Amino acid sequence: MLTKIVRTVANQLIVFIVVFGLYVIAHGHITPGGGFQGGAVIVSGVVMLLVAFSSQELKKSLRERVLSIMESSGAIIFIILAFIGIGTVFFYNVLVGTPIFGGIPDFGPGPGDFWTGGVIPLMNLAVGLKVIAGLSAVVLALALFSSGEEVEE
Amino acid sequence: MRRQVTGLIVLIVLVAFLVLGVMRTHPFGHPDATAMDDYIIENAQEETGSNNVVAAVLFDYRGLDTLGEATILFTAVTGVLLLLRASKRKEETS
Repeated sequence: MLTKIVRTVANQLIVFIVVFGLYVIAHGHITPGGGFQGGAVIVSGVVMLLVAFSSQELKKSLRERVLSIMESSGAIIFIILAFIGIGTVFFYNVLVGTPIFGGIPDFGPGPGDFWTGGVIPLMNLAVGLKVIAGLSAVVLALALFSSGEEVEE
Repeated sequence: MRRQVTGLIVLIVLVAFLVLGVMRTHPFGHPDATAMDDYIIENAQEETGSNNVVAAVLFDYRGLDTLGEATILFTAVTGVLLLLRASKRKEETS
């Protein structure tokens, strides 16, 4: 555990890191980024908390069971979204043209609209959930292992 | 001695293959076949509704590849958790 200054700054900074990561995940179909990148941004915030606080402290709020359920549900949502378009082909984008994320942008460069992209933003959310939970679980397990603690169920 | 001669021959053949392969590549930015690129650039926004064409390729045209990537991540996480927990358990029993 580091000094009180570092812990206070980490406590304030984690909010901005999580918001930025969620922005990168949610706008994956408009701006550069997506589920993998935004998830990695949020996990970097988790690593910052792990450095500022001890792994035993972080273990109380990040349960391994919860992380496992989050990661598995992300994977299942991703595969279900892929299977929705099985009537045409696997990974067919069925939501284009519907009111949910169905807008079609003009050809060429443009600012873009949030309600576009069909299933792509939903898949970005699923992959982001998966990356956040998976990498957090790996980092936490490695930190607990190196400090000689048991991985919490 | 024989091993060194064999290694030298293998090295020369490999280097020759690599040099010939590099010499025969297309100049940077001028691919041989551009039909797929042109199709994706022209139709991606209309077909997928995504302004980010990279995201359209990742999650729509090449979605199966992203599924494999997600599976790799899942396997890596499972392996790390399994390995660390098993090693802890073995220490306790011994």
